[in-house]
Amino acid sequence: MTAEIEIRNVSKHFGAMAVLEDLSLSIKAREFIVFLGPSGCGKSTLLRMIAGLETVDSGEIAINNERIDHLPPGKRGIAMVFQSYALYPHMSVRDNMAFGLENIGMSREVIDARINEAARILEMAHLLERKPGQLSGGQRQRVAIGRAIVKEPKAFLFDEPLSNLDAALRTRTRIELAQLHQRLQSTMIFVTHDQVEAMTLADRIVVMNNRRIEQIGSPMEIYERPATKFVAGFVGAPAMNFVEATVDRSAGNATVRFADGMSVRTEIASSQLTGGKHSFGIRSEDVRIVPVGQGNTDGVVDVLERLGERTLIYARLGDGQQIVGSDVGNSRVAVGHKVGLAFDGQKSHLFNETGRAWHAREA
Amino acid sequence: MADGLTIPRTSTPAAGVRAPSVDIYAPQWRNFIFVAPFLFFFTTLLIFPLLWGMWLSFHKADTFSSGNFVGLGNYIRLFNDKVFLQSVWNTFYFVLLTVPTLALIGLFLALCLNRRTRTAAVLRTLFFSSSVLSVTIVTLIWRIVFIPNVGLLSTIYGWFGATAPAFISDPSLAMIGIAIATVWWCIGLPMMLFLSALQQIPQDIYEAAALDNANRWQTLRSITLPSIKRTFVLVIIIQIVLQFQLFGQAWLMTRGGPNNLTKPIVLYIYDTAFRRWDLGMGAAASEILFILILIAAMAQYLVARNKADQA
Repeated sequence: MTAEIEIRNVSKHFGAMAVLEDLSLSIKAREFIVFLGPSGCGKSTLLRMIAGLETVDSGEIAINNERIDHLPPGKRGIAMVFQSYALYPHMSVRDNMAFGLENIGMSREVIDARINEAARILEMAHLLERKPGQLSGGQRQRVAIGRAIVKEPKAFLFDEPLSNLDAALRTRTRIELAQLHQRLQSTMIFVTHDQVEAMTLADRIVVMNNRRIEQIGSPMEIYERPATKFVAGFVGAPAMNFVEATVDRSAGNATVRFADGMSVRTEIASSQLTGGKHSFGIRSEDVRIVPVGQGNTDGVVDVLERLGERTLIYARLGDGQQIVGSDVGNSRVAVGHKVGLAFDGQKSHLFNETGRAWHAREA
Repeated sequence: MADGLTIPRTSTPAAGVRAPSVDIYAPQWRNFIFVAPFLFFFTTLLIFPLLWGMWLSFHKADTFSSGNFVGLGNYIRLFNDKVFLQSVWNTFYFVLLTVPTLALIGLFLALCLNRRTRTAAVLRTLFFSSSVLSVTIVTLIWRIVFIPNVGLLSTIYGWFGATAPAFISDPSLAMIGIAIATVWWCIGLPMMLFLSALQQIPQDIYEAAALDNANRWQTLRSITLPSIKRTFVLVIIIQIVLQFQLFGQAWLMTRGGPNNLTKPIVLYIYDTAFRRWDLGMGAAASEILFILILIAAMAQYLVARNKADQA
């Protein structure tokens, strides 16, 4: 069973504080969608509104074209995995999984069959008689997912389910979740503030900030063609470089001029750009380290971060702005060196004062 | 581990000689000074009277002399005394009346008042406020309620042309009357203990239950009650220990009457030791009560220990 979820003009206030404002979103059947955003952006509230744990102040939520926003949580046909797992501490794993099914009067045989099948999928048959207190964090996580699976819901909701796991387990569970999605072919909505989880798991990412949606798109769309300066800065590590610069729109493609008089010719059509100040944006992997004078501008190295396969170079420009560039893993650059920075004009972005983005023409 | 907990002396060591390290967790006799005041009062006001009471219970004693050693004589006299046996039964009956009632009403109030509204906060304060009254005030209030003809209860019954039950004078109702006053007086503590237990149940478990289609009754039975099971046991045991010591309410409301039917063990001890001046027998009755309460306290200890083991 799977579900199309339609969110139409939904708003939510806590007292005088607006949490979500006039938000609309369509989620396709079998889609793995990730709500990504900083703390307090409203992503968890939106998930809880879909689950029925928060009321909807205005707007509608529909699953398979049936309005569900007035239904109690248990009647919406969805299952949720909580950040804290929310397992019933006094019940065994089996009872935790059975509780929801018993409440709707399902027969014991069907309940047992579903629990055994979920235990097989999640490889946790040996845990069924244990209590949550006897399980590790990763095992509890599995039980929480198992409790969702046995319900055979129309959609799965995950509220930052990996944030309580250590780094290694988080990576492993992430892969397992992706496999689970492929196997179950269910609609899944996943809330996170971790862009790596979002990029690796999502069919589409919904980037949220400040009560509204900034951009909806596939992970690579979000990464390569961010709709706003916020998205460009939030997605990607290290964050995209932003440099204040003047834009010359006299030619067909815009040329960006830096304070030291050097410039970079972009692939962004001048005709798209409006007047006013712009920020030049470029990701660190699109900034190559070259000999002084051979790049688009020069800078002095402040900090080096050696990541193994590449080295991140934090260089300070003549006007004090900092740019992060990327060099080979065994880079010979040292702190205090003056280096040239070569920008890939095809991968550059411009942002106006409201944060709106322009990108190179699509090939 | 021990190495990590040692700190070097700060005095300048001689060249080439390592200063001996000091274990800051090693026992030191001067630390005894800090516990000495407590130990003094604990010994003189608790241990000594306890042992003296045991010694007295084996002697024929009055206020002027400690008398002769009589062995188990006092205990044998006690168990042949119908009034004592009646007082033991009365005490058990009272515990049976009050403890389950306190636990159940306390739980009910806590469930009703476990919400963040102003009304709930006011009601919590109101229900707890009776606990701060002295027994004298409590019994006075309930005597005014129960007093025949002019009491509050009689007045209310009178409006409907009925006669109020005689909670103070009717032999079958007198203990129930004392129990009602006691429940009213003591309900604050169980309610607060249950409230604190309820507030420790994580909210997300209730949310998970809502997503699991649990209705109110299923949530109460399967989530709330199992989560506060240990507090329920704790409340029962605390109340058993407290209610075994019934004295003030019975003394002030009925003087143990009618016909000793509301006389609890503590009142029997008081009568025997300080009105009939039979200190030996009074001490023996005290030891019996001590053993009864000790059994309840041990049960509390075992429950607490199991709780710590499981945590």
